[in-house]
Amino acid sequence: MRLEYFEMIDRAASFDRDGRKLVATARVPLESPVFEGHFPGHPLVPGVLLTETMAQASGYLLLALNRLSHMPFLVGVDEARFRHFVTPGQDLSIEAAFDQEGSGYAATKAKIRVEGKLVASASLRFALTPFPADMKNLMLAQITRIGLGSEIPA
Amino acid sequence: MSTFDTVADIIADTADIPRDQITPESHAINDLGIDSLAFLDIAFAVDKKFGIKMPLEQWTQEVNEGKTPAENYFVLKNLCSRIDELVAAKTA
Repeated sequence: MRLEYFEMIDRAASFDRDGRKLVATARVPLESPVFEGHFPGHPLVPGVLLTETMAQASGYLLLALNRLSHMPFLVGVDEARFRHFVTPGQDLSIEAAFDQEGSGYAATKAKIRVEGKLVASASLRFALTPFPADMKNLMLAQITRIGLGSEIPA
Repeated sequence: MSTFDTVADIIADTADIPRDQITPESHAINDLGIDSLAFLDIAFAVDKKFGIKMPLEQWTQEVNEGKTPAENYFVLKNLCSRIDELVAAKTA
């Protein structure tokens, strides 16, 4: 994870196209300017960044499923829960599962676990739009970085 | 509950529009001011409630190409007829 760059996902651990599910991993950095404010002397990953982590895992799931045909933009967060503190150095397992799709949107359910323990969960909704200029290449680079490049046709 | 009442409740809830302003004659865009993002929220809730997939993109394309008047899809009584057709097609 590089919190300051909103790069929340390190690797895709598994991707199940038929089951429409992605499991990704991320290690919380030991140090970050984020922790200087949240909170001084008591570093905790903010809930809003855990939400972003679930959104990015969901986004990669949708991009892999649609093979980069449309860009998912986060438009809704429902039922977000943060059950335990997430602290520097912890390894996160992020699961994103497809929930529902329709004309121009898709919905997912996402969870974050630390050592098997559920620490966060949310239902997320995305608008699926044509890619803005140049963004497709950026997303292809990110998809490749996390190890899902083989899911995208050349 | 009728299709209209169900859809009107969904619109009131998701788009924050007073329920009594929503009538079968209301045009979702021109009268109620529902924008494309709010429409996605409404489509999500309607799809889930009725177990259908409203082809919003197809409808929008038809309207933009002049093949179908916008009223056919976006006046609520007509929208509800389209929903009823999709439900009937699903169960047929």
